Amino acid sequence: MVMTMTLKPPVIRTAAPHSHHPATPQPTKISVRDINVFYGEKQALNSISVEIPGKAVTAFIGPSGCGKSTFLRCINRMNDTIAGCRVEGQIVMDGQDINDRSIDPVVLRAKVGMVFQKPNPFPKSIFENVAYGPRIHGIASNKQDLEGIVEASLKKAGLWAEVSDRLNQPGTSLSGGQQQRLVIARAIAVNPEVILMDEPCSALDPIATARVEELIDELRQQFCIVIVTHSMAQAARVSQRTVFFHMGELIESGSTEEIFTNPREPRTQDYITGRIG
Amino acid sequence: MTVLVALALLAAFSGGVFLLGRRRAVRLAGGAPASLHSLPGYHGAWVALWAGAPAALILFAFAVFGGRMEDAALRAQAPAAISQLSEQRQEVFWSDARAEARGETSSEVRWEGDLGAAMAAKVSEARQITAYGRIAALALAGVLALVGFLLAFPRLSKDFRARNRVEGWTGVLLIACSTVAVLTTLGIVLSLLWESLRFFQAVSPLEFLLGTSWDPQIAMRADQVASSGAFGAVPLFAGTFLIMLIGMAVAAPVGLFSAIYLSEYAGPAMRATVKPLLEVLAGVPTVVYGFFAALTVGPTFRAFFNWIGSFLVGGPMDALGQYLETVQNQMALTAGVVMGIMLIPFVSSLSDDIINAVPQSLRDGSYAMGATKSETVKRVILPAALPGVVGALMLAVSRAIGETMIVTMAAGLQAKMTANPLDTVTTVTVQIVTLLTGDQEFDSPKTLAAFGLGLTLFVVTLALNVFALAIVRKYREQYD
Ligand SMILES: Nc1ncnc2c1ncn2[C@@H]1O[C@H](COP(=O)(O)OP(=O)(O)O)[C@@H](O)[C@H]1O
Ligand SMILES: [Mg+2]
Repeated sequence: MVMTMTLKPPVIRTAAPHSHHPATPQPTKISVRDINVFYGEKQALNSISVEIPGKAVTAFIGPSGCGKSTFLRCINRMNDTIAGCRVEGQIVMDGQDINDRSIDPVVLRAKVGMVFQKPNPFPKSIFENVAYGPRIHGIASNKQDLEGIVEASLKKAGLWAEVSDRLNQPGTSLSGGQQQRLVIARAIAVNPEVILMDEPCSALDPIATARVEELIDELRQQFCIVIVTHSMAQAARVSQRTVFFHMGELIESGSTEEIFTNPREPRTQDYITGRIG
Repeated sequence: MTVLVALALLAAFSGGVFLLGRRRAVRLAGGAPASLHSLPGYHGAWVALWAGAPAALILFAFAVFGGRMEDAALRAQAPAAISQLSEQRQEVFWSDARAEARGETSSEVRWEGDLGAAMAAKVSEARQITAYGRIAALALAGVLALVGFLLAFPRLSKDFRARNRVEGWTGVLLIACSTVAVLTTLGIVLSLLWESLRFFQAVSPLEFLLGTSWDPQIAMRADQVASSGAFGAVPLFAGTFLIMLIGMAVAAPVGLFSAIYLSEYAGPAMRATVKPLLEVLAGVPTVVYGFFAALTVGPTFRAFFNWIGSFLVGGPMDALGQYLETVQNQMALTAGVVMGIMLIPFVSSLSDDIINAVPQSLRDGSYAMGATKSETVKRVILPAALPGVVGALMLAVSRAIGETMIVTMAAGLQAKMTANPLDTVTTVTVQIVTLLTGDQEFDSPKTLAAFGLGLTLFVVTLALNVFALAIVRKYREQYD
């Protein structure tokens, strides 16, 4: 069989995609009410309330240490795994408070996937990495089913063409950018509703970054995406809504266009123009 | 004694020289310390090293080799009178001469006539040699110290790179220490090889490695019956292997699971108490485990099996019952189980380190996928840690094979080829102990057999360790 592989040169965008196709307002997916987070005695987040729309990209920006990651971890209750971390307040997703006792964090996390700053593929084959979630949640009924899910997820993550002939090689053998897309495929394999991304491009080079950003833009058709980024340009490129944090407080949130062109708060203005950070 | 005093004097001299050198450097700086290339302390240290180190080396060499050189000088001319004596007697003569000269008690042999005169002559010669040797060594050391100081001191100047020179000395010192370690090991290995070669001249290596009968009885007198022994080491290795297997069957799961508990489940408070406790267990001397095995575990097991046997006797499994009633205190099971207990902290502490080296990001990734703790351990952490854990287990195996005290006290002495854990077996290490305890001639195959066994054991454990460490190291690199 003759395989003709045409490698599409990655498109590096300069203009924000949303300016080409204005986002239709999306209904709220996650409604956060008055969240406080403490690490031991120290308060890291102070009374945060915000609405996060479904099927859109919401960016969290703010100087480092302001609590963006902490807030992101509230949404899939990963803060539960940190000793000494306490979360107060309500996060309502589809009408259910996720901090309610009746919610099993293990089930919640199948619905809310997460991608980390540093790509963290498991020391398993590419196939097994993607099959991890379906296996533990019993999603696939048989082997063919599982193979179908893996293929579909890798295709959605835009990685299939690069790895389809070496699914049995270790996930760690891929390049950094490929690893990050593998991890995204792993997250979408369980068909989540929300995907949280904590600075997903900060360990990648510009070309790999552009590919992941493109991917994020495609994924927002299907998922509610929340991305933490320290790059203002990235927030402007991929997100439809932006939330600005400063020292554990939510300063301003609104449509990305508004925040970047016409912020209401002077602190937002200062951060965006590089005066604080 | 003299050497110790000389070393103390030398240390004092170097100390003084250090102060002198430092003062000189301070003077040279003339109130502007930054104008010196090196800090004054380095100037002092450099001069002190030249004054102290070569002389100290001479004194050490004298302390170590002085006796041998004196001995050689004394023996350079053997008096005619002793040429009639047997070789052994001649040895006694020489050692008496030296002992007398040093004022120590000599043997009970009375040297009379010609021999007495020769003895007296040699004693005074020995005294002379000792005195000259001492004077020569001390003088040499003194001259070296002085010359070192006189050569080094004038070279101090503002631009003198004392700092770099001291660095060079540091390197030399460190190399010297590691050389000592390496040479000592090499010496031990060579002597092991040498003695084993002598053993393999008496007993063919093939018989030793493949023979299945071990009975190292060698005639005390030439006319004794059954004057030749059998040196087939296979039963010893079989016994060693059996006990090692039992030990690992205990230590591997218990150690590994407690490591998993400690690193993944235990809270910080629990961890802070249990970890030190396990380390205390690792510090228990093996002889304590040995008598625990011999006095507590052995009798308990025996009582247990005898009790089971008493039910079976007369029933359909009468033969088994009869056998169980004859089980003794000393059995492979006792030694193996206690050895396993000894290895638990070893396995768990190594595995704990290895599991902790698995990056937190993998755990986070797994939890974020909605995995539970045990799923994360089973599917992510253990596979990630597996090579390292295998390495740790192999290190434990090599300890089990070399372990001596527990098996000596609990396993038994009969060399048997059996896979029955209730039987008494013996191990390589136990046989080495029995071969070498008591008065032994150092050239009979019986004694030399210990070296053959030791060498084999050494090769096996060395190979295991090299292999295991290679695995562990490769695993560590994976996550750097
Ligand atoms: N595991 C933790 N334990 C204690 N304090 C933490 C922990 N994680 C974060 N913090 C603190 O919470 C604050 C917010 O941190 P983080 O959410 O990581 O900020 P960001 O992601 O915006 O850089 C910081 O002051 C940080 O020191
Ligand atoms: Mg962060």
